[in-house]
Amino acid sequence: MSLLEIENLSLDIGGTPILKDVDLSLGAGEVMGLVGESGSGKSITALSVMRLLPEDARVSGRISFGGIDILAASEDRMNALRGDDIGMVFQEPMTALNPLKTIGEQVAEGIRWHTRANRADADAQARRMLDRVGLPAQKFPLTRYPHELSGGQRQRVVIAIACALKPKLLIADEPTTAVDVVLQAQILELLRDLVNENRMGLLLISHDLAVVTEMADRITILRGGEVMEAGETATTLSAQLHPYTRQLAQASMHVPERRKRHPFSPLEGRMSPKETEGGVSGGTASTLPAAISPSEAHRPPLLTVQNIAKDYPGRRTSLLRKPAPVRAVDNVSFSLGEGHSVALVGRSGCGKSTLARMILALEEPTSGTIAFRGETITGRDQTSLRSARRDMQVVFQDPYGSFNPRRTVEWLVAEPLHLLDGKPGRAERRELVSQALHEVGLKPSDMQKYPHEFSGGQRQRISIARAIITRPKLVVADEPVSALDVSIRAQVLDLFAGLNDRLGVAYLFITHDLTVAKAITDEVMVMDEGRIVETGRTAEVLTHPRSEAARALVEAAPDLHRAIAKRMQEQG
Amino acid sequence: MISFLLRRLGSGLLTLAVASVVVFAVLEILPGDPARLMLGLNATEDAVQALRVEMGLDQGFLVRYFHWIGGLLSLDFGRSYTYSVPVLDLITERAAVSLPLALISLALSTAIAIPVGVFAAARRGRTADTFAMAASQFGVAVPNFWFALLLVYVFAVWLRLVPAGGFPGWHAGLWPALKALILPAVALALPQAAILARVTRSALVEVLGEDFIRTARAKGLPQKTVLWRHALRNAMLPVLTILGLQFAFLLAGTIIIENVFYLPGLGRLIFQAINQRDLIVVESVVMLLVATIIVINLLVDLSYAIVDPRLRVRA
Amino acid sequence: MNDRPAPPPEKGFFAKAFANRSFVAGFIITALVAAMALLSFFWTPYDVTKLIIADRMQPPSATHIFGTDQFGRDMLSMIMVGARNSIAVALVAVGIGMGIGVPLGCWAAARGGFVDDALMRFNDIVFAFPALLSAIMITAIFGPGAVNAIIAIGIFNIPVFARVARAGALAIWPREYILAARAAGKGGALITVEHILPNIANLLLVQGTIQFALGILAEAGLSYVGLGAQPPMPSWGRMLFDAQTRMVVAPYLAIVPGMAIVITVLGLNLIGDGISDTLDPKLRRRR
Repeated sequence: MSLLEIENLSLDIGGTPILKDVDLSLGAGEVMGLVGESGSGKSITALSVMRLLPEDARVSGRISFGGIDILAASEDRMNALRGDDIGMVFQEPMTALNPLKTIGEQVAEGIRWHTRANRADADAQARRMLDRVGLPAQKFPLTRYPHELSGGQRQRVVIAIACALKPKLLIADEPTTAVDVVLQAQILELLRDLVNENRMGLLLISHDLAVVTEMADRITILRGGEVMEAGETATTLSAQLHPYTRQLAQASMHVPERRKRHPFSPLEGRMSPKETEGGVSGGTASTLPAAISPSEAHRPPLLTVQNIAKDYPGRRTSLLRKPAPVRAVDNVSFSLGEGHSVALVGRSGCGKSTLARMILALEEPTSGTIAFRGETITGRDQTSLRSARRDMQVVFQDPYGSFNPRRTVEWLVAEPLHLLDGKPGRAERRELVSQALHEVGLKPSDMQKYPHEFSGGQRQRISIARAIITRPKLVVADEPVSALDVSIRAQVLDLFAGLNDRLGVAYLFITHDLTVAKAITDEVMVMDEGRIVETGRTAEVLTHPRSEAARALVEAAPDLHRAIAKRMQEQG
Repeated sequence: MISFLLRRLGSGLLTLAVASVVVFAVLEILPGDPARLMLGLNATEDAVQALRVEMGLDQGFLVRYFHWIGGLLSLDFGRSYTYSVPVLDLITERAAVSLPLALISLALSTAIAIPVGVFAAARRGRTADTFAMAASQFGVAVPNFWFALLLVYVFAVWLRLVPAGGFPGWHAGLWPALKALILPAVALALPQAAILARVTRSALVEVLGEDFIRTARAKGLPQKTVLWRHALRNAMLPVLTILGLQFAFLLAGTIIIENVFYLPGLGRLIFQAINQRDLIVVESVVMLLVATIIVINLLVDLSYAIVDPRLRVRA
Repeated sequence: MNDRPAPPPEKGFFAKAFANRSFVAGFIITALVAAMALLSFFWTPYDVTKLIIADRMQPPSATHIFGTDQFGRDMLSMIMVGARNSIAVALVAVGIGMGIGVPLGCWAAARGGFVDDALMRFNDIVFAFPALLSAIMITAIFGPGAVNAIIAIGIFNIPVFARVARAGALAIWPREYILAARAAGKGGALITVEHILPNIANLLLVQGTIQFALGILAEAGLSYVGLGAQPPMPSWGRMLFDAQTRMVVAPYLAIVPGMAIVITVLGLNLIGDGISDTLDPKLRRRR
């Protein structure tokens, strides 16, 4: 008999249908992957099993766990099951722990509650569990508070809480989405070991097909609250019988089509908005690269970064001693040619975003210089940076935080026009915005809408439209696709690649995801603890990493091809 | 932890120093010559001048300021012009009414508000919550001195359970003295309790939506246990902030309430002193109140550090 | 990635507010009080400047629905004219607080560092003087009167609004759209006007209604102790003071102005509640 049996589970919250006739079964010691994009209902399915649904949720169908009818069980019965027979790991480790209680208290609490053990015994057991999840006593005593731990360490504590009483079923809801790839690999391995040791059933929820393929024996693919396909992982993903399965798999492996190393054409994409006005001011004309150096060979690099470093004030540890500064970026130098596309990869906290902000002149470096189009941009005042800013724009990660919610798309996309010397008139501004929207595949009629009327992928397109409206030579993109669903991500990557081809805009692409780097960049720089530890052609670095940091990233990166091949071997 | 407290203490002292300059300067520009006011309109110019010299009023601003500060620090607050007694004695005598009054109302308000807030948060959205919040909405809108008038009418005039005003003094015995403070304390406490209950509830409701509450529920803890063990402590920070502010409010509130009940406390003292231009008394009482508020704020900061480990910087 | 729903639509804020029961109730109450105050400029049932000793202290009846006071003035007319005073004092005090506090708070948030520290110290100092205490000191210097009550309450409002504006602005500054605006070459002042203010306006509106309500309470308190509006100008607090000694014979003299204060403050607080409910649907959903 299966450990967990979900039959015809339907659910609506406040009248909005969320799940429709979901079936799912999971045996002891088995790993089931539940895959789907945002809003597919995967998290709600998990919460239904825990019966931790919002109060206005209405459920029908059957969930049986070890013979117990979950949906009909009393609240006391559920309390006895939760944390004892069913454990759960959540997505966001930074907020999943109570900030005011020590990690020891939080792990021991469930143990004491369920086993009625005394404090000393529960603490001893909590200690063993924390050791097991990789938080040894000498560095992580029970008296540590969550804020003293990193995200990955906190996720280990959450896992320790969930697995403390060796549950029969572990539910992990996007357990690695909020951590970088190296941590992801470690946490997945920990989960796999814990499952094997105790013959737990694992319900692994993820949007990432590669992660699920590496972990799961069987998968269930969910879309819009309905099961699209379910079966053995290897056969399901290699056969791709269901069209949605195929779509998901292809999007996960998608590589945008790019012209190989396009010959640089000085005319293409050089039309600055200034010129469209007809009157070319002297300042703008002289900055046209074509005017400076007619032949590409003598062209100075677009961006030159020399020995750049950034210190932040450290945390004060004593009243008498001055806090030692924390070095976020340490002696970084590189240059970037016009029209090139370079990836900056590294683990979270390695200093890549700080570096990006210094290049964008949003932060002053502690030392070193940055030159853009041959002129130094460090240590300059805002007014004299205007012309440099015109040629340098930015796209951010969060499609929700990137826009002032109270402005129309027209206003938002037009914002960088502030950098032009002569303010364009109303009609002209409209024309420029409509062109930019057209470039990113949106309609001019979208201009009058507000950001909340768009989906995540569309918002990212608007963000790109805003970045290209001044026809910049460099776009710095900070994790621009990592908050998007795979199918949307593929489309946005195509857009980036296309703009590079058409407008000749150079990219500095910041990402922790090597597949993204591989998809659209020629060269890659690997950053680790504030330093650039490796540079080279993207394909080369990704197949033959030389540095320790690059190797760790490459090995940890989930790869759908590789994972399916491995599964096929195992499952025959 | 130590450095956090030292920094707080430092900024508290700075606030106090600036406040003392403000108080002194403000009263300095008060219209009216205190010497003339004391001696009355018929006094001769010579007599007024003599008194000015005696009181040190002929000296410069800074000299008098530092003289005053030095006095405060050595607990020599000077002599009241009108009462002709040391200000310190006057203050201790009056504080024996005001301080117990403020403390009783604070205790009363907390004892009512926290349970109501927790109760409402635990039943959020249900009838009990709606009812408690509607009642508190009214409580917030009631001016305490009007509430005091109503209380006097019902309990003193109509039911004759307690005196309508006045204070027999602590020497008359604990019970008669407390009896005289009951109505004023209730009048001060209830509107504050309404505010505190609302803050407690909304802080709790917010915390109850946090991720770690779900983690605690996933451990198998029942809702009620989660509320008491996990949510309440996290909701304490905003509640403590309001408590600190309320103490200041209660201290100031005593100024009006003491007038309603004819209580011989600091509030009435400061009123009379202002009317009689008894500068030295006004300065001393205002500084005392301000210092108390600053100390309370320090205590609130200290309790933050006790509640929240993130504020304890490791030494 | 996660199942995060799109943030709530930001358009049609007031349309949504009018779907909120608290807001509608508060709006109706406040509108009625304001209408009553406005009406009093043109018409009151009786003339409040005329003292008719023969009619003194009449209990509520058909001719004087709230009765008459110790000088024979009609209580309803007194309440109507008194509303002008309460509203004017509280409104101007809020204006002072907002007009000075909001720019200060935004400036501190935009500049950080020394400016921010200095503002916080200033806040600490003003907060160390309870409003009533500073009001008493101010009226002691300049004499009692409505204008001085306004100044006293207004000064206390400054750090309140500075604090709210600063906290709100600090939450907006790290947003990515601010970075984008900076990348578009915009400076702190322009960003504050274009991005920060529109996004903290609702917060300020909520605080505004709260301070408005507190201002009415504070004005009543000051008038009650004789430091607010001076007779013969009718004011609710003063009416309560006059009623105090006559409680035994004419309790309605105290009940009527008190209820006027409670209802007005209640209306404003309900508006504030309604707005913050509309602002934070997260809290509402959890209810």
